This record gives sequence, structure tokens and C-alpha cells, in this order.
Amino acid sequence: MTYLTKSPWIVHYDCSSCNGCDIEVLAALTPVYDVERFGIINTGNPKHADIFLVTGSVNEQNKPVLKNIYEQIPEPKVVVAIGICATSGGIFRECYNVQGGIDKVIPVDVYVPGCAARPESIIDGVVTALGILAKKRQAMQEGGSTTPAKAGEGR
Amino acid sequence: MNELLFLIAFPLLIAVLLLLVPRDSIRDVLVTGSAAVLGIVSLYVLYGYFNRNTVMFDIPTEPWGNVMTIIELLLAVYILYLGVKHRKSFTIALIVLQAGLLLWYEFFLKPGMHPENNLFIDQFSIIMALIIGIIGSLICVFALGYMKTFHHHHPEVRDRRNLFFFILFVFLSAMFGLVFANNLAWILFFWEITTICSFILIGYSETEEATNNAFLALSMNLLGGVAFVGALIFLAITDPSGKSLMLDYLLSSGQAIALVPAVLISFAGITKSALMPFSSWLVGAMVAPTPVSALLHSSTMVKAGVYIIVRFAPVLSGTIEGLIIALVGGVTFLLASFIAISQTNAKKVLAYSTIANLGLIVACAGVGTFNLVWVAILLIVFHAVAKSLLFLCVGTVEHRIGSRNIEDMSGLIGRMPKIAVMMFVGMAGMFLAPFGMVISKWAAIEAFIQSPFGLIFIAILAFGGSATVFYWSKWMGKIISVTRQPEVVENSVTKEKWAVLYILTALVIICALIFPLISAVLIEPFVMNIYGQTTLLPLANLTIMILMMGLLLFMPFTMLLYRTAPKHTGPYMAGRPTDGHAFAGSIGISREVVLSNYYMDRYFGEDKIFMIGAATGWGLLLFAGTLLVGVIL
Amino acid sequence: MIPDLTVRVGAALLYIILAPLVGGLVVGIDRKVTARMQGRVGPPVLQPFYDVLKLFEKENLVVATAQNYYVLSYLVFMAVAGALFFSGGDMLLVIFAFTLSHIFLVLGAYNSFSPYSHIGAERELIQIIAYEPMIILTAVGMYMVTKTFYVGEIATSTIPIIMYLPGIFIGYLIVLTIKLRKSPFDLSTSHHAHQEIVKGVTTDFTGPNLAIIEISHWYEYVFLLGVVYLFFAFNPFIAIAAIIVAYFVEILIDNTTSRVKWQLTLRTAWIIAGTLCLVNLGVLYYLQGVLTL
Ligand code: SF4
Repeated sequence: MTYLTKSPWIVHYDCSSCNGCDIEVLAALTPVYDVERFGIINTGNPKHADIFLVTGSVNEQNKPVLKNIYEQIPEPKVVVAIGICATSGGIFRECYNVQGGIDKVIPVDVYVPGCAARPESIIDGVVTALGILAKKRQAMQEGGSTTPAKAGEGR
Repeated sequence: MNELLFLIAFPLLIAVLLLLVPRDSIRDVLVTGSAAVLGIVSLYVLYGYFNRNTVMFDIPTEPWGNVMTIIELLLAVYILYLGVKHRKSFTIALIVLQAGLLLWYEFFLKPGMHPENNLFIDQFSIIMALIIGIIGSLICVFALGYMKTFHHHHPEVRDRRNLFFFILFVFLSAMFGLVFANNLAWILFFWEITTICSFILIGYSETEEATNNAFLALSMNLLGGVAFVGALIFLAITDPSGKSLMLDYLLSSGQAIALVPAVLISFAGITKSALMPFSSWLVGAMVAPTPVSALLHSSTMVKAGVYIIVRFAPVLSGTIEGLIIALVGGVTFLLASFIAISQTNAKKVLAYSTIANLGLIVACAGVGTFNLVWVAILLIVFHAVAKSLLFLCVGTVEHRIGSRNIEDMSGLIGRMPKIAVMMFVGMAGMFLAPFGMVISKWAAIEAFIQSPFGLIFIAILAFGGSATVFYWSKWMGKIISVTRQPEVVENSVTKEKWAVLYILTALVIICALIFPLISAVLIEPFVMNIYGQTTLLPLANLTIMILMMGLLLFMPFTMLLYRTAPKHTGPYMAGRPTDGHAFAGSIGISREVVLSNYYMDRYFGEDKIFMIGAATGWGLLLFAGTLLVGVIL
Repeated sequence: MIPDLTVRVGAALLYIILAPLVGGLVVGIDRKVTARMQGRVGPPVLQPFYDVLKLFEKENLVVATAQNYYVLSYLVFMAVAGALFFSGGDMLLVIFAFTLSHIFLVLGAYNSFSPYSHIGAERELIQIIAYEPMIILTAVGMYMVTKTFYVGEIATSTIPIIMYLPGIFIGYLIVLTIKLRKSPFDLSTSHHAHQEIVKGVTTDFTGPNLAIIEISHWYEYVFLLGVVYLFFAFNPFIAIAAIIVAYFVEILIDNTTSRVKWQLTLRTAWIIAGTLCLVNLGVLYYLQGVLTL
């Protein structure tokens, strides 16, 4: 039994999104969808968060930021890549400064495709993440690391 | 009786020796040794007299009285000379006035007066003697090492350490004299000696600023001195037998006789303890080397001012004049606490905090009910211990990091861990429950509520008290924040300095733990003696306080729980740190994080608030003066 | 009429055990009511407990090890303050313990060298100086009416304190807004579902430490509402009704106002609430002189 699934707190970071996905993320957090029903809170601070929502692709400028935010989220944590940009780099993939999807820098647990990802699928992604969160918690209790040591190892 | 005379004469003797010593090593031995002797003898005095209430000693007035007169006149000539040399016309005017009055008193009034019991001791004197004998001499020991470093850092200042230590010990001697003297004329003599000692110490570095501030201190204290002489003359005229020159006789002779001298002497006390219209001299005094500040603020000088006012509290109690004096104290407490918020200079914060606490003591003494006198004495004790520790810590820090600015003390816990913890304890002693000052504040609220017009003082305490919380906490926060300067710079602090600091830190904690004992053995009997009733602390609350103290001392050990466990990460920097304490900007620029406290200069600026304080203070004092003239006529 | 020692200790223990439950429930209801006011369904009433239990499941990530100590001290002294209050102790002592515990929170925030928690700490301090005089004056007011500082005696007195201290009560409600971290005075950090850029004093605390802070808040809530009770202590039913109404008003204020600057907070607390308190006390003082109550 874990309470993680009952109170998942989110931190949202805009890597180099076109803002399309960001707006959808925020839409999912509006009173219309009222995610607080599920105990979800949008925190502004990685140190309070459990779920890391990332939109947009990674570039040289925000790589350390992404990494830093990730590192400041206490375990157990899950990363949800939102939109095709975060997944693979999307239409920016070939840009001179773009590295690709965020899994080039940090380990990703859930990919939510779409350009832009719809609020429903974002919520769906978060729900999937909850399952992974619970598993990670269990792994943590049994001891041992919950995330791959290096980014990109899963691929 | 011999102990008392010893405590007055011994420092004097050492002082003369110190004036003559040719070498540092001899001076070190001499100062350390005599400090130990003074400490032990004052403890011996405690042991010998704590259960004997007031003990009078019949010392012949002559020839000592004449010796004192001659010294006083010589000093007046000396000040006159300095005043002319530095063209301080105000000082000249005051010293001429004072000397004139004194001569008049000596030649026309004094003959025929034969006060008898010139020395005495009671519990209050014992407390003061302990403060002077222990804290004062610890500061002298600290000064040994400090002055070496001081001259090392300031080669431009003439090395007059012989004079410096001479004055320090004269100062201690005079303070002992002041608290043991029963003859007002003698008190005045010691009073003037402390004034001149502080004048010389403040001006020690001989810079223009130091000289000016020294003269400021001198003239303000001379103003008080004039009032003091006025009190003597008034007594001599009203009672030619000279009996009422004796403190004990005067205090028991009722308000009709004692009120006028009480108010005049309280005015002198107000100047000496730097309450609001006169606060600038104590603030200016911080140009002196830090041990001097520690001495002035904790165990000597300003404490002489509040000592005498607390002595006269029973006379002031219930009079309008007393209320006005209390108000001067209250206003000072409130406004000085506000000013302290806006100061970045550590010594200035300490200075304003001292001024505020002296204000509180005077407020208690001015209202003067038995509870409040109890509080006032408790405040004197706690303040002396904590403030001396803080000054010495700041002095040490200043020499190591080259600044006395609070903003530069950021992360001191990493650079000077031991000193930082000591400062932490000292500050906690100044404002946190269950340390001393809060005990006093608490008792003060409970006491004021039962006294006439107490509401005003409670409001002052409530608001001033929270200002106190603000400026101490933000300073505390500053020193404990974890920055990236792991280099420890406190290793060069010498052993004797550490010893002094350790003892003082221990004293802060011990005082908070055993204050019920201090109260039961010394303060309560003293109050009982004067008022016939005394403050009794509810046992339940005492137990709770001590339990809280235990808890507070225990809590740091919980850190052991976390010895291995927690994973460390950098502070949150909006995701953009390069290595924990810097923001990475665009085009590869990295900027060190600089954090600064709130000082709210617009609201609590020194100039503005001081203006208000000085105006209120003068207004109140003039009002009291008018009333007094009415009484005299 | 001081109840004997066992009763006092019992009350203190009861507080230490029950206060987090009551406090958490109050917060849960608060969140539900707030959501309804905003036309949302809102989280389950037990959500605060889920949050705290979850936080305990998380890893403890710290900037400096000492943070743990400060946070733990915050909790301990908050509990001590509340326990003293509910065991009928001296109100002033309670207030000083209360301040002490907040200083620990502030120090914990200062401990990490982050601009965000630093500003949070400064603002928390401003809040402390804003509310502290008012709470002391509240205690003084209660003393003037009941002639005692002991909570036990105030709570069992039959005098309708509120009739004598209406000004102080309003002043207390103003500082209650500050203390409950409600808009418009939620300067240093806000509570539950408020959207924040970062979270003030709590910025650099994670997992268990955050949970401890939350539990301390619950202790605090119960204590603060206990003070409201004292105003109406002559009749427990009215008192409980008053607590509910007062809390509802606070939620209403929270949802209808937006955050103000610290300057305005300080001014409101000192000038408006302070004047109300002092005028109230002054009138009381005068009347007591005239009528010799
Ligand atoms: S996935 Fe589409 S909407 Fe989302 S950030 Fe990329 S380009 Fe924009």
C-alpha cells in the first residue's frame, strides 16, 4: 500500500516547447478537470514533487536545468514526457542545437505522444505514471535503486 | 569589609602596575592573574554576604573625601585642558559649571556634614559585584589577545596598551566603588571616574572620529554629572547634618525629601545608560576597540546608570516623575528596537539592543513596584552575560573576516563554526524562550499589568519585543545559512580568548538554568527587604521553563539521528545552478548568489526614528524638570 | 480552580495525540469547502492525511543536515506550546514557546542558501512580528477580564469574555488570517492547492521534513482555534459554533481576496488590529477604574 498514488504532486517544466503542450498541461490543471479531486497538486518546486512533467525537446541551454530539476526531485519519482517533442525531439529534432527527446538527459517513464498532447491523454499518462510510482516505491522498500543510473540506458 | 576595600583597591594597584609594565608577557600574566583574583574574591563576597541583607561599614569620611575632591578637581583641570585643546566649547562649559558647583559644595556646604556609613553591601551590590568581577575581568583577559591583533591590524594607531589596561582596571575599581558606596558624594566620585575612563577608552585610537565621539560621550555624561552634583547640593541645603547623603537613609526618608535628588540622579542615570535623547554617545562609542564596547555595554558604565536608577526605584514608585522616567525608558526600548532592525553594522545592532534593554530596565525601575524591580535586576544580569559574549564574538569575527557588517557574516557557521554557535547561544539568550531575557519580558508583562498605567508599557513591550525577535532572528539566519566557504578561519584565535568565550557561553546557559536560584538567593531577599513583599515565581511555570530549556539543549542531539541518512542536494535555484551557489546566466556568465536581509530602512531608518525618540525624550525630560522645579519651589 | 496534575498531563497528552487528527481533518474540510466555493468537487476530506503519509514515503533530500534539526524542533516546540495551552498553562509562556517554534522554522529556511527560501524566511519573520504583539495583547485582554493568565482558569470562567473584548477578537481574527496562511496575508508560504511559483519557507524541504512541517501546522491550527474558544468559553456550544463561523469566515476571506504586499500586511496587523486591541484595552481599563469591576 502506498499513498503516493493518492497524492501525486506534479512539477512541470517547459524544456523548449512551442508552448502548445504547456497550454494543454495547464488546461488539465484547470478547475474544469479539477485534478485536485485525485490529490494532484501542481507544485512549483521539484523538491515537493513526485511526478515530473516535461514538455518540449532538449537543447544545450536547458540540458543542465532539466537535469538539475530531475535531481532535486526526491525518490521515488517518475518522469512523464509530454508531446512528441519531449518524446523524440519532434519537429525540432533536426535543429542545430536540439539534442532530441528528454530521454537523452534523464530517464523517462511514460511517453505521452501527440502534437499537442490532449489533456485527456496527459491525465492518462499521469495515471499510468502512478502505477510506476507505486512499483518504484515497492522497489525502494525492498532496497536498491529505482531508476537507471544513466540516462538513455533504457533505449 | 576588607573584601570590599580589596575589590576597590586591588584593581587600582594592578592598574598602576600595568601602567609601568614594559613587556607583553608580564602584562599577560598580570591581567590574567588579577582577573582570576577578582573573580574569586567577588564569589567570596557572595559567599560571605548573601544571607546577611544590608551590611553597613563605618569608614571615616576623611581623609578619603578630601582625596576624592582633589582627584576630581585635577580631572576637571585635565578635561578643561583637553577641551581647550580640541576646542570643544560645550564640554568646557559643562566642566566649568560642574567644577564650580563642586567647589561651592566642598567649601560652603560640606563642612559640618558627617555621613557615617560610607560603604555597604546588600544583595543587589553583590549581583553587581559579581557582574563586574567575573564578566568585567573576563573581558580584560580577552582584551589582551584582542589588542595585540588590533595593533597588528591597525599599525596607524599609536600603541598605548599600557594606558589602555591601566584604564580598564581603574574602570573596574571605580565600578566596585560605585556599587559599594553608600555616601552619595562617593558615588559621584566613582561616577565621574567611570565617565572619564570611558572618555579615554572611546578616544583610544585617536582618529578624528574617535576623538569626537569620545567628547560626545564626555559631554553627555557631564550633563548627567551636573545633575548629580545638583542632587548633592540640594541634599546639603535641605539637610545640613549630612545624614541624607547616605543612600540608605535617603531611600528610607520618604518621597518628600528624596524625590528631588532621586529625579536628578535618575537624570544622571539616563545620560549614563544612554537612553533616548542621549543614545548617540553609546552608538558612537563603538569606534573603540571591541573589548571596550563589551565592557561599556555589559558590566560597567551603562550598568552604573541603571544601577542607580534601580536603587531609587522605591522613591520613584507611584510618582508622576517616576512615570515620566519610566516612559523615557519605554520609548527608548520601543524606538531603539525599531532602529536595530535597520542596521547592518553588527556592533550598531548590539548597541541599539543594549540601549533598548537599558530602556526596559529603566521603565521597570521608574514604575518601581516590587515585581518590576525584581524584573529590572534580572534583566541586568541576563543582559550583562549575553551581551558581553556577543560583543566579544563580533570582535573576534571582525578580526577574522575583516568586516563587522552582518551581511558579510553569511555562512559563518561554515567558516567559524565554534564562534557561530557561541553567537547563536548569545542571541538566543537575548530573545528566545526559555532564556533569560524572555523570562524577564514575561515577568515584566505580568508585573506591568498590575501597576498604574501599565497598559502603555505592555503595548510598548509587545511591539518592541516583536521588533527584537525580528532583528535577532534575521541575524541568526544569516550566520547559519550554508554557503560555499568551507575554509575554517577561526583556528588562529588564541587559547585565552577561547577560554573567555567558553566561560561566557556557559554562563549564558547556566544563568538561564539557575535563575530561580539567583532569584531566590539574591533578588527576592533584596526586594523583600525594601518592599516587604516579593515576587514569587509559580513553581509549575519554573518547572516548565527548565524542562523547555532541557529540551532545547537536547534537540541538537537529534542531529545524530541523521548522521548517515539524508542525501544532499543543492539549494533550489530555479533549476539553473552551476555548482550550488551560483546562477548560470546566458552566454556562459556565472553569478555568485548574494542574499541580503530585509532592513526596512524606509520604515525603521535610524535618522527618522532617532529624531522621534530624541524629541519625545527631551519633551518628557523637560516636563519632569518643570515638575521638579515646582516641587523645589 | 486549577485542575490537578493528572488532568493537566492527560489534557496535554490528549492534545499531542489528537491535535494532528483534528487539525488534519480541519484542513481537509477546508480544502473541500474551498473547492466548492470555486465550483469544483475538491479532494477527499482525508486528503491531507494522504499527503502527509505520502511525504513520509519519500526520500529525505536535504541541503544541509541541520535542516532536519530545525524542522524537528519546530514540531516539538509547537507541540509543547499547544500542550501547555491545553493543559491550562500560562498563556504568556504558551506564546513564547509558540514564537520559539516559529523561529526554528525560519532558521530552517535560512539554513539553505537559496534565494527562494531566504525570502520565505524573511517574510515568515515579518509575519511573526505582525501577529505576535496582537497575540500578547489578546492574552493581556483576557487577563484584564478574568484576572488570570492561566488558560485553565480562563476556559472555566463564566464571564462572557467576548462581550468585553470585541475589538481584540476582531484583531485576533485579522492575525488569524496571517497565522492560517490564508490570503490576503499568506506571505511566506501558502497552504494546500494554491498555485505558487515556489513555496517560500518550505522551498528547500522535501519528503519527511515537509510532512513534519505540515503536522506542525495542524498542531498550530488546533491551538489557534483553541484561543478562539477562550473568547466564548462561558458556553461551550456557542464557543464551538463561534470556531466554525470564524473558520468559515477565514475560508471566505481566503477565496475572495488576493495576496497583498508585506508592507500592507504589517500595517494592517499593527495599525488596524493594533489600534482595535489597544482601544479595546484602554476602554476596558477605564471602565474597570470607573465601575470597579
Ligand atoms: S509536441 Fe507539438 S505542441 Fe508539443 S511542444 Fe512539440 S511542437 Fe509544440
